[in-house]
Amino acid sequence: MRPPESRPKLRHLSALAKIATALSLTGALTACNAIVLHPSGDVAQQQGDLVVASTLLMLLIIVPVMAATAWFAWHYRATNKSAKYDPHWDHSTQLELLIWAAPLLIIICLGALTWVSTHLLDPYRTIGRLDAKTPVAANAKPLEVEVVALDWKWLFIYPEQGIATVNELVVPTNRPLQFKITSANVMNSFYVPAMAGQIYAMPGMETRLHAVMNKAGDSVGFSANYSGAGFSHMRFATHAVADDQFANWVKSVQTGANAGTLDRTVYLQLEKPSEKVPVTRYSAVSPDLYNAIVNMCVQPGKMCASEMMAIDARGGLGKAGIRNVEMLSYDRGGRESVAAANPTAAVQRELAWVRALCAQNPGVVADKSVKAPASMQTLSGAGISEPQAAVSFFARDKEALAAPVSTPAHSSQISRN
Amino acid sequence: MEAVDHSHWSPLLGRLWWDALPQEPIVLATFVVVALGGVAMVAGLTYFKLWGYLWKEWFTSVDHKKIGIMYCVLGLVMFLRGFADAVMMRIQQSIAFNGSEGYLTAHHYDQVFTAHGVIMIFFVAMPFVTGLMNYVVPLQIGARDVSFPFLNNFSFWMTTAGAVLVMASLFIGEFAQTGWLAYPPLSNLAYSPWVGVDYYIWALQIAGVGTLLSGVNLIATIVKMRAPGMTMMRMPVFTWTALCTNILIVAAFPVLTAVMAMLSLDRYLGFNFFSNDFGGSPMMYVNLIWIWGHPEVYILILPMFGVFSEVTSTFCGKRLFGYSSMVYATLCITILSYLVWLHHFFTMGSGASVNSFFGITTMVISIPTGAKLFNWLFTMYRGRIRFELPMMWTVAFMMTFTIGGMTGVLLAVPPADFVLHNSLFLIAHFHNVIIGGVLFGLFAAINFWWPKAFGFKLNQFWGKVSFWLWVPGFWLAFTPLYILGLMGVTRRMRVFDDPSLQIWFVIAALGAAMIAGGIGAMLVQFAVSIWKREELKDVSGDPWQGRTLEWSTSSPPPEYNFAFTPIVHDIDAWDDMKRCGVERPTAGFRPIHMPKGTGTGIILAGLSTALGFAMIWYIWWLAAVSFLGVIGYSIFHTFNYKRDYHIPVETVEATEAERSRQLAAAGA
Repeated sequence: MRPPESRPKLRHLSALAKIATALSLTGALTACNAIVLHPSGDVAQQQGDLVVASTLLMLLIIVPVMAATAWFAWHYRATNKSAKYDPHWDHSTQLELLIWAAPLLIIICLGALTWVSTHLLDPYRTIGRLDAKTPVAANAKPLEVEVVALDWKWLFIYPEQGIATVNELVVPTNRPLQFKITSANVMNSFYVPAMAGQIYAMPGMETRLHAVMNKAGDSVGFSANYSGAGFSHMRFATHAVADDQFANWVKSVQTGANAGTLDRTVYLQLEKPSEKVPVTRYSAVSPDLYNAIVNMCVQPGKMCASEMMAIDARGGLGKAGIRNVEMLSYDRGGRESVAAANPTAAVQRELAWVRALCAQNPGVVADKSVKAPASMQTLSGAGISEPQAAVSFFARDKEALAAPVSTPAHSSQISRN
Repeated sequence: MEAVDHSHWSPLLGRLWWDALPQEPIVLATFVVVALGGVAMVAGLTYFKLWGYLWKEWFTSVDHKKIGIMYCVLGLVMFLRGFADAVMMRIQQSIAFNGSEGYLTAHHYDQVFTAHGVIMIFFVAMPFVTGLMNYVVPLQIGARDVSFPFLNNFSFWMTTAGAVLVMASLFIGEFAQTGWLAYPPLSNLAYSPWVGVDYYIWALQIAGVGTLLSGVNLIATIVKMRAPGMTMMRMPVFTWTALCTNILIVAAFPVLTAVMAMLSLDRYLGFNFFSNDFGGSPMMYVNLIWIWGHPEVYILILPMFGVFSEVTSTFCGKRLFGYSSMVYATLCITILSYLVWLHHFFTMGSGASVNSFFGITTMVISIPTGAKLFNWLFTMYRGRIRFELPMMWTVAFMMTFTIGGMTGVLLAVPPADFVLHNSLFLIAHFHNVIIGGVLFGLFAAINFWWPKAFGFKLNQFWGKVSFWLWVPGFWLAFTPLYILGLMGVTRRMRVFDDPSLQIWFVIAALGAAMIAGGIGAMLVQFAVSIWKREELKDVSGDPWQGRTLEWSTSSPPPEYNFAFTPIVHDIDAWDDMKRCGVERPTAGFRPIHMPKGTGTGIILAGLSTALGFAMIWYIWWLAAVSFLGVIGYSIFHTFNYKRDYHIPVETVEATEAERSRQLAAAGA
C-alpha cells in the first residue's frame, strides 16, 4: 500500500511546527527562571542539556504524528466527500514495519544516550570535570559535606573544617563537592536545582552526591520528597562563593559568636521536630556524630546499627538477644525511654547487659564512591570503569566473622541497591 | 500544628472519642452539608418508596449491566469528591505566597493531597474502568453474563466498602498525611500515630479484594464464554485490552495486598518490615508498592486504548488498521509493564547500570504505544470520520496523550529524572497521561456506550460545551505545572517563598476552574439528556453504525442480552453480520437460564466495612464479631441453592416481539 499522498507536504509542516514549538518553548522558559535548564553547576547543566536533547530527539517523531493526526482528522472528515474513502483498507505490511521501526530507531538513539549519560552522571561517581573545558586536577581534594535531613530542617557538617550549619550551605566555587547524605527519621530528597540533581536522604543509610558550583551566587535547596507537616519550610539557602571567601567564612564560623559545639546532646535537641528554623552555625562538631547518626545511635545507650550487624554476622545473640529487642528500637525513642517507663530491677539488669555489649562505636564508613571516567569526551563513555572492584562475598563474610565486636567490619549501610 | 494527644482508648469504642469529630471549620461545614444532603436523600428515597426497588433491582442484582452502571455511578460520585480536593489544592497553592499560610493547615492540606491521589486512582479510575469492562465485555463476546455473577456483585460492594471508609475518614478522625503511596517510615506508627494511615490501609485492602475478584471473573469470562466462532484473534480490541488489564490486575494486586499486610503488621504488631529498626527497610516498601503501582497505570490505560480502537473504527467507518499489531502491542505493554517499576525512584541510589536498565525498558514501552497511535492514525486515513462526541474525545486524546507520553519518556532518562523527579513537571506528566488518556477515554466511552445502556443518546450541545471546557482547561491547568517543574518547584508544597511563582499557580487555578465548568457541563449534559430522552431515543440498538456484537441487541439490552447466542465469523462480527444480511431470529425461542440476585454481596461488604472500621479504631470486639460474621455468612451463603432461574419462553417471546415492533416502526 502506498504511503499517504500528503507526506511531502507534511515534512515541511512538521519542520515548521518543530521550529515553532522550539521557539515558543524557549520563549516561555526564558521568560521565567527555568533553573533546571540554566543552572550554575556543571552537573545540573549537563542534566538540563540532556532534558533538552532528549526532548528534541523525541520531537522528531512526536511532531509528525501530531501534524498527521490533525491533518487526517481534518481531511477525512465525513463532510469532505472529495477525500478518498476505503473502508476495507486495514493492513499494509510496509506501513506496519514503519510504525514499529520508526519509534524503535528513536528509542535506540535515546537508549544509547541514556546508558552513557546515566553512567557519566551517576551521583555516586566523583566528577571528572569542573566544566566542559576544565578537567579536575589529579590531586584535587573534594570538599566533603555531610548532610542530615531532620524534621524539618537540614544539618550540614563540614568534617574537614570541623564546623556545622543548619539551613545554610556554603560551598566554594570550582571545587569538586562530595555530599554524604542521610536522614534522621523519614525519607527526604536532597536537591539544590542550581547545583545538581537530587538524591534521596534516608535514615540508617548513606547516599552520595558529587557536584560542583561554577558560578558564585545564592540559590535555594530543599527537600524534594514530602516528609510530613513541616515539609514546605524544609528549605535552605545555598551560597556559592570564591575560595578565599569560603576560607573566611569557615574561619568566622570557627571563631565567631555562634551556637558553640554540636555534640550528641545538642544534636538530640536539634533533632526534635521544628519548623522555619533560622540559620544556625556551630563552631565545632563531635567527630563521630555523623557516623552515629547514620548508625542511629546518637542517643546514649543505643546500639549502633553497625554493631548490631556485626553481632548478627557472628551468628547473633540467640535467645538472649530477643529479650532486649524493645530497648534497641530507634523509631519509638529507644531503650532509654522504655527503661525509664519500667524501672524494675529486671529491666535495669537487661539494660546494663546490653550496654555492656555495645560500645556505641559507629565505626568508619567505607568510601564507596565511583571514580570519574578517565576520558572527558562528553557522552562518549570512553574509559568508564566498573562501579566498584568485585569483592568476593565469602571473603567479606570471613572478614566480618574475624572482626571483633567493637570494630565492626559492616560499619554502615551505604544505600546502594 | 500542635500535636494532639489521641492516646485515649476504651474497650467499647477503642480509639474513637469526641476528638475524632470534625475540628476544622471547612471540614465541619462540609460535614453539615453532607449530613443534610444525606438525610434529604434518605428521606426522599423513603418518601417515594424507592428502597425496595433499589434493593431488589440494583443492590442485589447480579446482572453485569446493572453492576457496570453501579460501578460508574460510584466512580462519578467519588470523582466529584476527588475533584473537590484538587480545587482545594489549586486554591491553597495560588494564595499561599508572601508569608500567607493560605487557608489550609498542614494537617488538613496533607490529607487533601493524599486523599486526592488515593480517590482518583482507586475509587474513580478503577471503578470506571471495571464498570466499563463489566458492562461491555459480556455484550461484546456474545455472553449472557459474566462467569461468576454473584462474585461480580460482591466485588462491586467490596470496592464500595473501601470508598465508604475513605469518605468516613473525612468526618470521623483523619485520612493519611503521607502522600498517596504512604511511604514508610513516615507511614509507620512512630511518625503517623493516629488513624489516617489505618484508614488508608483498610480502604485499600477491602477495595483490593473486590478488584482482584473482579479481575479473576473477567478473565474467566473472556477466556471461557466467548460466542462460538469468536477465536482469540477475532475478539474485539476492547475485549483484548480488558483481558490484558485483568491479567495485570490478577498479577499485580496481590503485591499491593501483601505490602499493605506487611505495613499493617508493622503498625499493629510491631513488626519491622519497613521501620528503621532491626534491618527493616523502607526501600523494600518503595520497591514493592511500585511493582504493583506501575502495572496499575497500565491497568487504567489499556482498556482506554481499547475504547479508542472501537471508537476510531466505528466513527471512521472502517475496520481498525493493523488489528493484529494492535493485539501484539497490547501484549507487549502487558509484559513490559512489569519491568519498569524502578523508574519511579531512580533517585534512591541504585547503581547506574540498574537505573539505565529500567530507564531503557521504560522507553521500550513507548514503541508498542507508538505503534498503537499509528494504528489509530491509519484507521483515520481513508476513513469517513464522523465527529460525534466519542470521536472528538479520541482526537483530543491523540493530541494530548502524545505530549504526555513524550514527557514520560523524558522522565525515564535517569539523569533527566534527577532534576525533574518529584517536581511539578512530574505532576504535569502523569496528569497529562491520566487525564489525557484515561479520563478522555472514559468520556469517549460514556458518550459511546450511553445509548446502549439507556436507549437514548447524550445531548450533543452540552457534550461539546464540556469538551471545549475540558480540553483547553486541561492545558491551562497543567502547562504551568510543566513550567514550574522546570523552575525547580517540587510537589506537595503548601506554602511558597518565591512570589514570582504565584502567577503560574493562578493560571493553573484558572485552568482548574475551566475544568470545573467542563464537569458541570457534563452533569448538565446527563440531566438534559435524561429529561429529553424521548427526543434522543434510539430504538435501533445501533445508533453509531457499530461493528461489534453489543450493537446487535436492543438498547438497553434485555436481561439475557441475546435471545440466541450469536455465531461469529470475522473480526467486527456485527459489521460482518450486517454486510452479510443476517436476519434477526424472531421465532423458536427457548427459556433462558439466568443467575438469580442475592443480598450476600452487600451484606458481606457491610460486615467488611465494620471490620475495617473496627481495626482502624482498635475496637477489638467489633473486629472479632464482624470478622466472624464475614466468615459465617460466607459459609451460610454456600448453602443457598436457589441461585438460578429460567426466564420463561413467553417473556422472551414478548421481549423479542416488542423489539421487532420497534425496529419495524423505526424502519418505516
